[in-house]
Amino acid sequence: MRYPDVVVVGAGVIGAACAEALSAAGLRVTVLDRGPLGAGTSAAGEGNVLVSDKEPGPELDLALASLGRWPDLLAELGADVEWDPKGGLVVATGDTALTAFAEAQRAAGVDARPITPAEAFDLEPHLTRAVVAAVHYPQDAQLQPVLVTKALLAAVRRRGGTLRPGVRALGVRLANGAVAAVRTDDGDVPCGAVVIACGPWSGEVSTAFGAPITVLPRRGVILVTAPLPPGTVRHKVYDADYVGAVASGDADLQVSTVVESTAGGTVLIGSSRERVGFDASLRVEVPRALARRAVGLFPVLADVQVLRAYGGFRPYAPDHLPVIGPDPRCPGLWHATGHEGAGIGLAAATGRLLAELVTGVEPHVDARPFRVDRPGVCA
Amino acid sequence: MRVVVVGGGPAGLAAADAAARAGAEVVLVDSERQLGGQYHRGTAQRADPRVRHLPESTAWAAEGLRLHVRTGPADSPHRTGRVLDADAVVLATGAHDRVVPFPGWDLPGVYTAGAAQALAKGHGVAVGRRVVVSGTGPFLLPVASSLLDVGATVTVLEANGVTGWARHPLAVPQKLPELARYARLLGRVRLRTAVVAAHGDDRVTSVTVARLRPDWTVCDGVRVAVDAVCVGHGFTPRLDLAVGLGCDLVDGFVRVDAVGATSVRGVYAAGEITGIGGADLAAAEGEVAGAAAARAPDPPIAALRAIRRGRRFAAALAAAHPVPTGRHGWLTPDTLLCRCEEVTVGDLHAALDRGAADGRTLKLVSRAGLGPCQGRTCGREVADLAAARLGHPLPDADAFHRRPFATPLRLGELAQHPEEDP
Amino acid sequence: MDGEPFDVPEGRTIAAALIAAGRVSWRTTRAGGRPRGVFCGIGVCFDCLVVVNGVPDVRACQRVPADGDVVRSQRGAELPG
Repeated sequence: MRYPDVVVVGAGVIGAACAEALSAAGLRVTVLDRGPLGAGTSAAGEGNVLVSDKEPGPELDLALASLGRWPDLLAELGADVEWDPKGGLVVATGDTALTAFAEAQRAAGVDARPITPAEAFDLEPHLTRAVVAAVHYPQDAQLQPVLVTKALLAAVRRRGGTLRPGVRALGVRLANGAVAAVRTDDGDVPCGAVVIACGPWSGEVSTAFGAPITVLPRRGVILVTAPLPPGTVRHKVYDADYVGAVASGDADLQVSTVVESTAGGTVLIGSSRERVGFDASLRVEVPRALARRAVGLFPVLADVQVLRAYGGFRPYAPDHLPVIGPDPRCPGLWHATGHEGAGIGLAAATGRLLAELVTGVEPHVDARPFRVDRPGVCA
Repeated sequence: MRVVVVGGGPAGLAAADAAARAGAEVVLVDSERQLGGQYHRGTAQRADPRVRHLPESTAWAAEGLRLHVRTGPADSPHRTGRVLDADAVVLATGAHDRVVPFPGWDLPGVYTAGAAQALAKGHGVAVGRRVVVSGTGPFLLPVASSLLDVGATVTVLEANGVTGWARHPLAVPQKLPELARYARLLGRVRLRTAVVAAHGDDRVTSVTVARLRPDWTVCDGVRVAVDAVCVGHGFTPRLDLAVGLGCDLVDGFVRVDAVGATSVRGVYAAGEITGIGGADLAAAEGEVAGAAAARAPDPPIAALRAIRRGRRFAAALAAAHPVPTGRHGWLTPDTLLCRCEEVTVGDLHAALDRGAADGRTLKLVSRAGLGPCQGRTCGREVADLAAARLGHPLPDADAFHRRPFATPLRLGELAQHPEEDP
Repeated sequence: MDGEPFDVPEGRTIAAALIAAGRVSWRTTRAGGRPRGVFCGIGVCFDCLVVVNGVPDVRACQRVPADGDVVRSQRGAELPG
């Protein structure tokens, strides 16, 4: 049996994207997950590939790089993952800094187009007439996160990599101070390097590996309506305060509205952010707040049935930036996590960046803002 | 001390009455206009006068001992919202027919046995003139009997062998009067036989009736003209609220102790959600759970005895009416599994072949269980078929009965702030 | 129902009234356009959906009509209004 060059711990979209890029660079990769493949945080989101919600800075740079990478990557994978470049529409019903925000984003390379309310109603016929300002973001897209995770992992397997769902990583075995093997509940896996990509569980796993980083869970809940006729909601539509909610870590519950339809005809309504640890029980106030705001944006939804709610835990670092790179305390140990609610969109560039760092290739985006040894992350 | 009982069938009624007798303030939440549940349909039951009955009311979510209820016409956006805080909750949400899919089962004119029963007993309406009742279990007989009452011509096909439960020592004293009522069905019942396909363009016009081996593989079949088919292969518990509250399950039912307490403090369960056993057992369980929920000083001894007896009988019943895997051979690649999202057997296999090998992923990739019924109809069969193809149980099969909203409601209803119930 | 007046006995559901009148199906599915009527009859399967007073996704087997309700067949996914 040949040992892998790299073991990736975590088969969510970030782990899958890292494994795909590493295997594309010619490395032999094994992916471990304590559970089924792609069934954690990646299976509990909307599939956002967004630039509209990001202020100028390192995360926007990563998002733009990822947005550029996704279409080629999907073509290489040759899989249907419900990629839909539907575009985003941010609207405001009151005083707003929307246009100034868009101006700054445009300077950073985002296609952000302020439009009139009348133009917004052309784009979204059911939108509330209370809208006074709107910005159209044609670059925003959506994909089906579970399908894309499966497609990335399938590519790893085609290149000779190994997928091992149901195998729990317990720690590392070191030789001369560097990673020599991953210890698992199914025996040791000798390897040259290990990537921890366990999303909100990266804190726990990195601690077990002796190199703890601070990554915390925030719960997000999404409502799903009964199927509606095609074209009821055409873009990813959100109210202007979404941006503030994503960027902030202050309150224990934040809600802002994101409304969009899926290939199946249902409408997804996000998005809440709760700091409740890993508690998955339902608090009715959360879906209630989501419902109230969604009906405010699209009054026609008031009489539409809600079929279900689903929730997941999004990983965030204290400074709300992803964590991508080598662990300075342990040669051969790498991290890729902390993407909060943006991991699906950021996965393509994250995987490429990590593979570049591992193989010593010049990174295609500046890796320094995401380094592991920054304040607050390396405990 | 306030006890809220969810479900107005035999278990819920008995629980409400017992809790009221023990001195608790009792609220009985039931989605129907009349009490009695599926079993007493058409013969309205009365609760203890001290019980506050909320008819046409659906408990759509539970947050611990706080229940969220809407009252008014089914699926109307104009129902009244209510929040009920309880010191103890008794879940008696019952069960619905389990139906195993077969080609054509989605044609109009194919009904569950429970649907035929509800229409006949509740409304005096026959689903057809020439009706075949097919499946397994003792429920097929009362359904056939109700169909005869409303003027239908009925044939009953029991897929298993000799009805073993009738020979059980407990069956004779307990069930003899019932059996006598079904005497007129003698000669209309065929054993080891089933409807394995339904045919027609926009409604069922004929079925394939097949003789089965003990594992339910098909020996041979003939086409029979019908106007309606009623199918039932046992029952599936309605676990939405119990699962939402985090109650432990065992073998697909809510795990309860001797007095009906679940694993969640203050939450009790009774009736079919704790195991399929029929109305008498459900009522006994309800009485015990209602008394325990209201902290009655003395447990109802007779009911406890009835539970022990009833559970032995239920176990014998279940053993006599298995649903073996030979049924998978009835399916074709284009047979619908998920009626809502129109997912076929072939689609399911394709999703499994794409690596969707756990419950949550299988739902998202195949779309089975994502439609309006949220997998209530197909979930169990999808999990079974997946297990058969994978060669091991489907991991996270619970994904098919996790439903944070026990019933759908309108977004505008969800958005409203209901008054707290005084 | 679909423009035709119905006298429905007190307490009878829309589904029971339609079946009593000889109708077997009154909905079409959104993907295949398949006809559907009652299946489970007790509010579980959501096959028997109708539009009541402009509101879609109403279970005919659960809904007892009020005098003057306007009911019609549901075709696939529909928007309220």
